[in-house]
Amino acid sequence: MTVPTSTRPATPMWARSLGYWLYQYKRTWRGSITTSFLYPVLYLSAIGVGLGSLVNHHAHTVDSVKYIDFLAPGLMAATAMQIGGNEAMYPVMGAIKWMKTYFAMLATPLGVVDVLLGHLAWIALRLTAVTGIYLAIMALFGTVHSPFGLLAVPAGVLTGMAFAAPIAAFAATQVNDAGFSALYRFGMIPLFLFSGTFFPVSQLPGWLQIVADATPLYHGVALCRALTLGRLDAGGDLVHAAYLVALTAVGFALARRSFRRRLVT
Amino acid sequence: MPLPEPRSAVTSTLPVGEPMVVARGLVKKFGDFVAVDTIDFEIAQGESYGLLGPNGAGKTSTMRMIACMSPVTDGTLRVLGLDPATDGAKIRSRIGLVPQEDTLDLELTVLDNLMIYGRYFDLPRRVIRERADALLEFSQLSDRAHDKVEPLSGGMKRRLTIARALVSEPELLILDEPTTGLDPQARHLLWDRLYRLKQQGVTLVITTHYMDEAEQLCDRLAVMDRGRVAAEDTPAALIARYSTREVVELRFGPGGNDAVAAELDGLVERLEVLPDRLLLYSDDGDGTLDEVHRLGYHPESSLVRRSTLEDVFLRLTGRSLVE
Repeated sequence: MTVPTSTRPATPMWARSLGYWLYQYKRTWRGSITTSFLYPVLYLSAIGVGLGSLVNHHAHTVDSVKYIDFLAPGLMAATAMQIGGNEAMYPVMGAIKWMKTYFAMLATPLGVVDVLLGHLAWIALRLTAVTGIYLAIMALFGTVHSPFGLLAVPAGVLTGMAFAAPIAAFAATQVNDAGFSALYRFGMIPLFLFSGTFFPVSQLPGWLQIVADATPLYHGVALCRALTLGRLDAGGDLVHAAYLVALTAVGFALARRSFRRRLVT
Repeated sequence: MPLPEPRSAVTSTLPVGEPMVVARGLVKKFGDFVAVDTIDFEIAQGESYGLLGPNGAGKTSTMRMIACMSPVTDGTLRVLGLDPATDGAKIRSRIGLVPQEDTLDLELTVLDNLMIYGRYFDLPRRVIRERADALLEFSQLSDRAHDKVEPLSGGMKRRLTIARALVSEPELLILDEPTTGLDPQARHLLWDRLYRLKQQGVTLVITTHYMDEAEQLCDRLAVMDRGRVAAEDTPAALIARYSTREVVELRFGPGGNDAVAAELDGLVERLEVLPDRLLLYSDDGDGTLDEVHRLGYHPESSLVRRSTLEDVFLRLTGRSLVE
């Protein structure tokens, strides 16, 4: 006996668009998951353990913890930034220019906002997997010092989304990928190096500290670090989270506008 | 072996006699550029309607408005009795679009492309799977079901795009230049498939700049030029109204055509000079050709043929369809 389709609740439009990204992931998931395990192990071994032993030898502690404990949550947030940014660059451009996936979707009941929401939901899922794996490996390295560390996963996802949403907005305005290399060179790489990932921002010259404080990765790093070290400071951490939520929301509003302009003519 | 039909019968929720598409004073502008300039047409249920015209005539803009992918600038448009401005998603759930450029996922398999598309319409996987089997058979792609799309030929990709548009069992199928860029064999196969769909009662809207395609597939045609509808009727009626029964084509070689044209003017009711040949419009082609010979002209080659939509287009716009 078959159930009439009408009795089934309708799948939300954004979830149908998310379905595409899940479907196409079956092509690349093996490599992608392997990378998600491998990178944290490599980084934490080389820099956390290797370089960390030098640091600990000289300074004993960084920010009053072992170097690897300081570094790991920073790397986790930086990885989230990278994944969020990457997933919002070439895949968005490809869905507009190369595969035209968005246009295929728009010929069906899906609308522009559904297309955008589905893609962002996919990025959020990817970030959940990547930061979840990161946290598990951090735990194996003994760098998670508080049960609040579990919240570093949503914090990492939020960090990634604070990049993904505005970068998706930007990607939808681009006619070729030249802008993406600029974004890496002048945006993501400097942020990766100077947002408190590898050393406390307090080591920077005063004026640069102010710049660092204003960047989204700094807030993501600070939030993840507070959670895995169990050094919570309600006021400060809420400011970090609020900053990231606000950036995600502004990014979403801009993306909705640039997607409309590009896709509906 | 008889071909399985991808669907039993078309069930439309539209009242009998209600047109599928109605356009009144339809306008599409991009900035200052007027792509579609105040056009009117009606497409009946089960009809196969063509938009014929050269590139830039406004065909695609018109199609994209009907497909609810491009907002109407001015005028009225109703598709399935609904307004695209307010009911776009509802309309799109009941129509199928074959866009000018394929939007297939090249790195996924043929079957995956159908599965994904069916999910956009929220069809259960089991239903999509069943329909996919029939559609792949219909599109002669069954043996490629598990192959990636990328290496398929242009004709196969086109057939897959059509199969994909049929997954939702649309009442109206919109095809934007379905056979552009295909070799003759691939085109004939596609025409055959579209003809089958038409017989099953699917309403078709087709843009093309191939007059043979328009003649074969379309019950009625709008000849479009520079954003306007220059004429609209059945292919036969258009030819009867805007051309003679036959056409004599004469080629006098480089530079020869213009000189002869002036002298032959008056022999027939209408004469066209193309870059490579003269066209003499006449109801008796052979008689006209005899007359040309009797007057002492010896073209390098000559041909008497019946009139086509190409001649209609030339008459209406003063230009060739494919330049």
